[in-house]
Amino acid sequence: MTAIRVLVGTRKGAFILTSDARRNKWSVDGPYFAGWEIYHVKGSPADPNRIYASQSSSWFGQIIQRSDDGGKTWSQPGSDDKVDEMPQGGMPQGVSNKFVYDTSEETGKPLTTHQWYDGTQHPWEFARVWHLEPSLDDPDTCYAGVEDAALFRTTDGGVTWHELAGLRGHTSGPNWMPGAGGMCLHTIVLDPTNRDRIFCAISAAGAFRSDDGGKTWAPINQGLHSEYIPDPTAEVGHCVHRITAHPSNPSTLFMQKHWDVMRSDDGGDSWREISGDLPSDFGFPIAVHSHDPETIYVVPILSDSLHYPPEGKLRVYRSRGGSEEWEALTKGLPQEHCYVNVLRDAMAVDEADPCGIYFGTTGGQVYGSNDEGDSWQAIVRDLPAVLSVEVQTIR
Amino acid sequence: MIRVVLPFHLQTLASCDREVTVRVDGTVTQRSILDALEDRYPMLRGTVREHVTMKRRPRVRFFADGKDITHDSPDDELPAAIATGNKPFMIVGAVAGG
Repeated sequence: MTAIRVLVGTRKGAFILTSDARRNKWSVDGPYFAGWEIYHVKGSPADPNRIYASQSSSWFGQIIQRSDDGGKTWSQPGSDDKVDEMPQGGMPQGVSNKFVYDTSEETGKPLTTHQWYDGTQHPWEFARVWHLEPSLDDPDTCYAGVEDAALFRTTDGGVTWHELAGLRGHTSGPNWMPGAGGMCLHTIVLDPTNRDRIFCAISAAGAFRSDDGGKTWAPINQGLHSEYIPDPTAEVGHCVHRITAHPSNPSTLFMQKHWDVMRSDDGGDSWREISGDLPSDFGFPIAVHSHDPETIYVVPILSDSLHYPPEGKLRVYRSRGGSEEWEALTKGLPQEHCYVNVLRDAMAVDEADPCGIYFGTTGGQVYGSNDEGDSWQAIVRDLPAVLSVEVQTIR
Repeated sequence: MIRVVLPFHLQTLASCDREVTVRVDGTVTQRSILDALEDRYPMLRGTVREHVTMKRRPRVRFFADGKDITHDSPDDELPAAIATGNKPFMIVGAVAGG
């Protein structure tokens, strides 16, 4: 019996939506971590009971939460829960919310500067975890993409986090700049066919690839064209919003850039535009059909100035060939007076048959489709603004 | 014992009541109270003070015996009312809204 678990991060807590494989009736649990911003919640592919959550606050900083029972209970993996007694040895255990850039001589890189909004150089400062990407085969290993842009990894279930400093220390670092949301590393794609290959994307620096498990990195932005930077074809500086790939064909990458939907068939070495007949090629999320590596989904947004759907119509667009021909998917979605946004981490697919697709909006709706996007239902309508949506297919 | 009042979100994070008590040996200061608080509730490490710099987070304020001592030196000795437990040391989330 297959079950579907949708993990939703919002501005005011996390929610878990569950259904059986028919995906018609849903239960809604939450809020978890009420009142905190939950940028991302994601389950381990190796153990569906293991879930990591990024909890943050402009007042109280970054917290990492972990569940080992599918979201029923949570704990901070680096903290001693028995607060009435001091741990043996007198000092408490380390805490899981400690993200410190690695500047050590052995494994680190010097703490340098990056471009600031006014063109000056600004020191790297940790703000929050945007994205958590659990390892494909080890529940205790998870990657974290953070603001200011850097990649961290835990190998002890989130107790401690260590920076893979080669990315932040790339020679192009001083040319990276924050997007409107901050200089965030928001996308991490792990290659299931090559454990040493990792893709990352940073706003606004671009896409990067490591072929040695995260030690060294190279920009992979050839073919991107961005009119909003002085050199539209520069090696870095592109505001990449999201990258995705199908597990069976990870050398083919799909990208939603600030403007333009892009495709690479050579692991990011080169990109070509596939925006085609979309009503707008601005947007944030992009997803691949779980059973068809050539079918992709985007949610067009009118522009970077307006951040709502064209014509007030909320439409998911599907390309069956991963190419320039797109079809609007509207059944069950509001087709008038709709001015919500769908953020970069807020769309995901399940692995049931037919493929299910889910996305959340800044208006607090989570929509789901159990038929590859042909029709949609609002699973829940009035959550806080949705920041992220991930899906687990439980077998 | 020193009484410490926590803001709502730190109460939920530490699974504790609004007011907790901690023991401070030696001079009672902002720093010694926060050290004792983080020893007892390690999940609060990094939430009131940043991990590396140990500086107060910008939107956290400290009140003691009716005074805002947020910008005082963390090593200043606090009033006797705090040290004796007659009054609580208050950790407050800065007001924001709209």
